[in-house]
Amino acid sequence: MTQSASPAKEDGGSGPGPGTWKRTAKSGGEGPARTAFFRADVRTLSLIGVLAVLAVIGGVTKPDQFLDTSNLQLILTLASIIGVVTVGMTFVIVGGGIDLSVGAIVALASVWATTVATQEYGFAGILFTSIVVGVACGLVNGVLVAYGKMVAFIATLAMMASARGLALQITGGNTQTVEISSVLDLHARESYVLGIPPLVLIFAAVTVIGWLVLNRTTFGRRTVAIGGNPEAARLAGIDVRRQRLYLYLLSGLCCGIAAFMLIVLSGSGQNTNGNLYELDAIAAAIIGGTLLTGGRGTIVGSVLGVLIFTTISNIFVLNNLETAVQQIAKGAIIVAAVLVQRRTSTE
Amino acid sequence: MAPEHDTPPSDRVRGEPQNRAAPLLSMDGIVKSFPGVRALDGVALEVAAGEVHCLLGQNGAGKSTLIKVLAGAHQPDEGRISWRGEDVTLRSPIAAMRLGIATIYQELDLVEDLSVAENVFLGHEPTTAGFVVRSGDARTATAELLARLGHSEIQPAQSVGSLSAAQQQIVSMARALSHDVRLIVMDEPSAALDPDEVDNLFRIVSGLTAEGVAVVYISHRLEEIRRIGDRVTVLKDGRTVAVGLPAESTPTRDIVSLMTGRNVEYAFPERPDHPATGEVILRTEGLSREGEFAPIDLELRPGEIVGLAGLVGSGRSEILETVYGARTPTSGRVYVDGRALKPGSVRHAVRAGLGLAPEERKAQALLMLESVTRNVSVSSMSRFSRGGWLDRGKEHDAARDAVRSLSLRPDNPAVPVRTLSGGNQQKAVLARWLLRGCRVLLLDEPTRGVDVGARAELYSVIRRLADEGLAVLLVSSEVPEVLGLADRVLVLREGQVVHTAPAGDLDEHRVLDLVMEGSPAS
Repeated sequence: MTQSASPAKEDGGSGPGPGTWKRTAKSGGEGPARTAFFRADVRTLSLIGVLAVLAVIGGVTKPDQFLDTSNLQLILTLASIIGVVTVGMTFVIVGGGIDLSVGAIVALASVWATTVATQEYGFAGILFTSIVVGVACGLVNGVLVAYGKMVAFIATLAMMASARGLALQITGGNTQTVEISSVLDLHARESYVLGIPPLVLIFAAVTVIGWLVLNRTTFGRRTVAIGGNPEAARLAGIDVRRQRLYLYLLSGLCCGIAAFMLIVLSGSGQNTNGNLYELDAIAAAIIGGTLLTGGRGTIVGSVLGVLIFTTISNIFVLNNLETAVQQIAKGAIIVAAVLVQRRTSTE
Repeated sequence: MAPEHDTPPSDRVRGEPQNRAAPLLSMDGIVKSFPGVRALDGVALEVAAGEVHCLLGQNGAGKSTLIKVLAGAHQPDEGRISWRGEDVTLRSPIAAMRLGIATIYQELDLVEDLSVAENVFLGHEPTTAGFVVRSGDARTATAELLARLGHSEIQPAQSVGSLSAAQQQIVSMARALSHDVRLIVMDEPSAALDPDEVDNLFRIVSGLTAEGVAVVYISHRLEEIRRIGDRVTVLKDGRTVAVGLPAESTPTRDIVSLMTGRNVEYAFPERPDHPATGEVILRTEGLSREGEFAPIDLELRPGEIVGLAGLVGSGRSEILETVYGARTPTSGRVYVDGRALKPGSVRHAVRAGLGLAPEERKAQALLMLESVTRNVSVSSMSRFSRGGWLDRGKEHDAARDAVRSLSLRPDNPAVPVRTLSGGNQQKAVLARWLLRGCRVLLLDEPTRGVDVGARAELYSVIRRLADEGLAVLLVSSEVPEVLGLADRVLVLREGQVVHTAPAGDLDEHRVLDLVMEGSPAS
């Protein structure tokens, strides 16, 4: 964004979209603009800066607890679940939509996958059901928005209410405990790989795949195109409606994965799961630099947004501060991030 | 320019005495630039109280920009505006309105879900204690205004959405009059009206001028200007070319010359000396859309450029978009290579080899946040991908080749498309279709927003593409452009093809006569 307005030939020139771009050495230093996995643009750097400041605050206020390995593992684990949802949300928003139903889908998928009947099928049954329920909800959203021409806000709001209601219907308000050891073991300390919890590895995998899909595939290009200018995309011959459908399917898939992760983490399915995930995911995407109007967004930014929120929560908990204060801080950060972005994007 | 001592009919004399004194409004040396385009380049306008002052000019001459400056919606870069003898700055639409300048835009800016009275008093509702709206008073006042406009049949409590276009226009006018207005700008008010309604509009305009209100009237229809205009100011290429011509007595021919006579002679590329003879690529059969254009039969051969000339609302863009599948026809089919396209399917048309460079480049064609490469490759991504996975090196090279073959500058396609000038952005759109291997190019106002200097180059690019075997269907409101570039021209008026001829057999005056006057009767 900012630098691209002042092309600096020496360091490779400006590229499309935000940030500095590196070029490949081939074809006389004029290859395609390389999107480095980790783009060192101002926004990303400032998000890392915020994260660093938070780490310092955490380290100073609770030096022995915050920097403890198990606390860092906890932060990452908690970030993983909302993080997977946020990756899906980022796609939807970049594509010009919104998905308010993610929290409710997570809840529904988690309870459906933990009913007594499903649990009979063991690990595979739980995983399969989580994902199928998530994708099915995404399908409904996608069909309503893309082909039913409903406003995304309304269609997913309806899904939010219905899925949450259905989740309550299934559980009757009870917590459905999971007894299958292979599921629970996934979060056992013995399963950690080099000290990294498997849930975090899932999150990492989703992030990398999400980044690749958004930046390296025709699917990603179409997403950006229909979000940036749906009319232009249509006139360029892109099937805008089908692409929209795919985006909600993708979001539903991410919710299914997150539901499974939540089952692993909590050893249960509850209809209250995933409460306010939609707000956290949207907020994380926005502070990560995704335009709510579509057409621009980065997976890295969204993931950093998630990490920032999770770290703040952790620091507040460690310092025994009330959730009320924590929520006020979150709100302030969203406003600050959007104001900073507006300033940098008006140049 | 020309003196105004002709003998106007009695109801027009009114403007004369005040005219001798300080004019109501005078604008001088107004300059307004947008990125890449100098929309106004020293415009002057002088309006006297109680007159109907007509503003004429082709599309892109700067009329819209000028009235937006006058309405306070655009700030001029240079120039002086004086109002009743005093210099003023029109900082915002509200500032202009406070002075008594009201604008009725072509696209009506009414809130459909609100009532007539609410619309009329929107933003200046009569209130008690500053915030309690006295709806009764608003309705009474609205009823009075509507009666004054001769439309007491419109109920103040009715919702605006339930009104006809003509009635909505009356509401817009009532809104203008609800302010203490001294000057009303009307941008093509008759465009959406039936002949009866136009008569009523003129009655209202005469009523207003009789009260001393000045009207700036914009229209493409010369016969209207003859009927109600007092004086005419003509704009061309962002400059005033004639001030205060008598509306009634200036010959049509003179006005047309003023509108079209060019300072810059466009260099049009040579036409091939023999007509295109290949197999017909694109054919339409009785293609029509109700309310937009009557059934039209077109045939395009490779190497041929066919032009559609007509005014805004003549159906030219609609025809193009219908051929392209962006609009669904009421009747008729489009055939490519003899095979019918699926009506209303852009994707089908693109697959058959059609490509559209739409009228609103930024809104309809470009992904403004993206690079040139991505804008160029967007319609042929499957060529650079395997299993959805993009080969970005290949994509870049192909985009670069396409961009270079059109001499797009800068020739590095990695730059963001928004940093390009209008002409180069248009080339990016053309490059998109070249890369796709398109065979029929539909061009809607290809030089809109393109600097005069860059046009000649775009023309030669378009001709070269035709020489290379593309069929081109060209729409432009700039008559010289159609005549200079096309091999064959179809002249449209109000959705009807009124004339077809080889471009060489037509001249600008003839075409303008056809599109403006239409029937020989006027």
